[in-house]
Amino acid sequence: MAFLSYLISGLGLGSVYAIIALGYSMVYGIAKMLNFAHGDVIMVGAYVSFFAMTLAGIPFVVSALIAVVACTLLGITIERLAYKPLRQASSLSVLITAIGVSYFLQNAAQLLWGSDTKIYPTVFPGSVSLFNGQLSVSYLTIITILTCLLIMTVLIMFINKTKTGKAMRACSEDKGAATLMGINVNKIISITFAIGSGLAAIAAVLLCATYPSVYPTLGSMPGIRAFTAAVFGGIGSIPGAFLGGLLLGVIETFAKAYISTQLSDAIVFAVLIIVLLIKPTGLLGKKISEKV
Amino acid sequence: MLKVENLVVKYGMIEAIKGISFEVNDGEIVTLIGSNGAGKTTTMQTISGLLKPSQGSVLLDGVDLTKIAPHKIVPMGLAQVPEGRRVFAQQTVEENLELGAYHRKDKDEVKKDMENVYELFPRLLERKSQLAGTLSGGEQQMLAMARALMAKPKIMLMDEPSMGLSPLLVKEIFRIIENINRQGTTVLLVEQNAKMALAIADRAYVLETGKIILEGTGAELAASEQVRKAYLGG
Ligand SMILES: Nc1ncnc2c1ncn2[C@@H]1O[C@H](COP(=O)(O)OP(=O)(O)OP(=O)(O)O)[C@@H](O)[C@H]1O
Ligand SMILES: [Mg+2]
Repeated sequence: MAFLSYLISGLGLGSVYAIIALGYSMVYGIAKMLNFAHGDVIMVGAYVSFFAMTLAGIPFVVSALIAVVACTLLGITIERLAYKPLRQASSLSVLITAIGVSYFLQNAAQLLWGSDTKIYPTVFPGSVSLFNGQLSVSYLTIITILTCLLIMTVLIMFINKTKTGKAMRACSEDKGAATLMGINVNKIISITFAIGSGLAAIAAVLLCATYPSVYPTLGSMPGIRAFTAAVFGGIGSIPGAFLGGLLLGVIETFAKAYISTQLSDAIVFAVLIIVLLIKPTGLLGKKISEKV
Repeated sequence: MLKVENLVVKYGMIEAIKGISFEVNDGEIVTLIGSNGAGKTTTMQTISGLLKPSQGSVLLDGVDLTKIAPHKIVPMGLAQVPEGRRVFAQQTVEENLELGAYHRKDKDEVKKDMENVYELFPRLLERKSQLAGTLSGGEQQMLAMARALMAKPKIMLMDEPSMGLSPLLVKEIFRIIENINRQGTTVLLVEQNAKMALAIADRAYVLETGKIILEGTGAELAASEQVRKAYLGG
C-alpha cells in the first residue's frame, strides 16, 4: 500500500513537472530556443496568486485565473522585448539572454516583494481514504493529476485539429515554408509563449498548493526538473513532455522513498543520461528524416 | 503583373543580386535560367518576401511587395513552390494542402479546389493521409505544387521543380506546369533544365552571377549561340 501511495504522489508531482515541461517543449519546438526564464514565470505566477488570495481575499480558483492572465501577458512581453529582436542571432546569444531574463525576474521579485519566504494559503484540504483507510489520497493530488490530464488532452486536440495548431506545427518544421503559406510566424511564436506561460501559472498554483512557500527563486528547481523532463520525453514533443514529466515525478518520489533523499536528484539525472544514451532524441522524440 | 526593378540583394557584404529588372505579364510563362549560384533562388525568395532587398522594388499589380510583411504576400495572389520542395514532412498530404489554403476564408471554394488539385495529382489523393515526409521525391514535388495551387494564386513562382527527378517525371512536371498556366495562372519558372524550360516559356531571362545578361522569347534564347554553349550543352 505504501508503494501505491508513493506512486500516486509521484504522479501528482510529475503532473506539475509535465505542465511546466509542456511550456518548455512547445517554446523549444517552435522558437527553437531554451527559455530558461520559464521557471521564473512560474515564480511570478506564484506571487500573483499569493497576493490575490492574501491581500485581496480572492478565492483560489479565481486567483489562479488571474495568475494565468498575468503570466500569459508576461510571457508575450518577454518574447517581444527580449527574444524577438534576436530572431536572427546565434542560439548562444539567445540562451544567454534567456538566462539574463531569468535573473532579471528573480531580482525584480526580490526588490518588489522581498526575499523572505511567504507561506501560501492552504487550498483543497482533506483527502479521500481508500481500501478501508489504508490508502489516503489528498484532494489536491487528485485535482493536480486531473488538471494535467485535461491540459494534455486540450493541448493535443488544439495542436492537431485547429488551424492555429497546424500552423504551429508548420512553423516548428520550417518557418520559411510556413511564411510562404501566408502564416504570420511572429504571431505564432507569440501565441506559443502565451500558452507556455499560461501553463506555467497553472503549474505555479498547483506547486505552491503542494509546497506552500513562495520566494523569488522558487521557479529554478522545478524549472530545471521540467526541462529535464522535456529532454527525457523528447524535447519538442508534447506527449513526450507529458510522459517525461510524469516519469520524472514518479522516479524522484520513489528514489526519495526507497533509496535516499540526498541522492534523489543524482538518480533522476542518472536515469536521464541512460535514456539519452539509448535514445538520444528522448523517449518520444522524433528522428528528423529528410528526403532530398 | 509582376515587375522587378533594379533589385539588389545582399548576404552580409556579398552582393548576390546586382540590380536586376524583369517582368512577367498576365498569362505568361517566364523562365529564369542560370547556372549554380547565379542568384535564381535569391531572386525568388526576395519576391516572396523571405529576403529583404537593399535596393529596388518588386511590384505585383503596382503594389511594392518589398514594403509589406512577408505573410501578407500570399493573400495578394503570389504563391511559391520553393527550391527543395519544403513540404511539411510531419504533416499529412491533406494537412499540407490545407496549409496551402491557410490565408483563405472561402471554405467551400477551398474544398472544391482541393478536389481539383486531387484530380490534377491523383497520386496525392491515394496518399492523402500519409505523412508528407514518407512520400517519394517526385510525389513531394507534386505536393509542393499542389500546395501552392491551394493558395489560388494569380502568379505562381516555381524554383527548380524538376530537380532530382527521373526524366519521365520531369516531362510530367513540365506538362503540369503548362496545364496550370493554361488554366489561367501566370508562371515564373526557375530552372537548370534550360532546354525544357525554354521550350514551354513565352519569354526567358538568363541570369549570371547576379546580373541578367540575356533576354528574349523562349525560342530566341533556345536558338542563341551563347545560351546553347553555356546551358544547352553545345
Ligand atoms: N544564406 C546565404 N548566405 C550567404 N550567401 C548565400 C546565401 N544563400 C545564397 N548565397 C550565395 O548567393 C549566391 C546566389 O545563390 P542562389 O541560391 O540564389 O543561387 P541559385 O541560382 O539558386 O543556384 P542553384 O541553381 O544552385 O540553386 C551564391 O553565390 C550563394 O553562395
Ligand atoms: Mg537555387
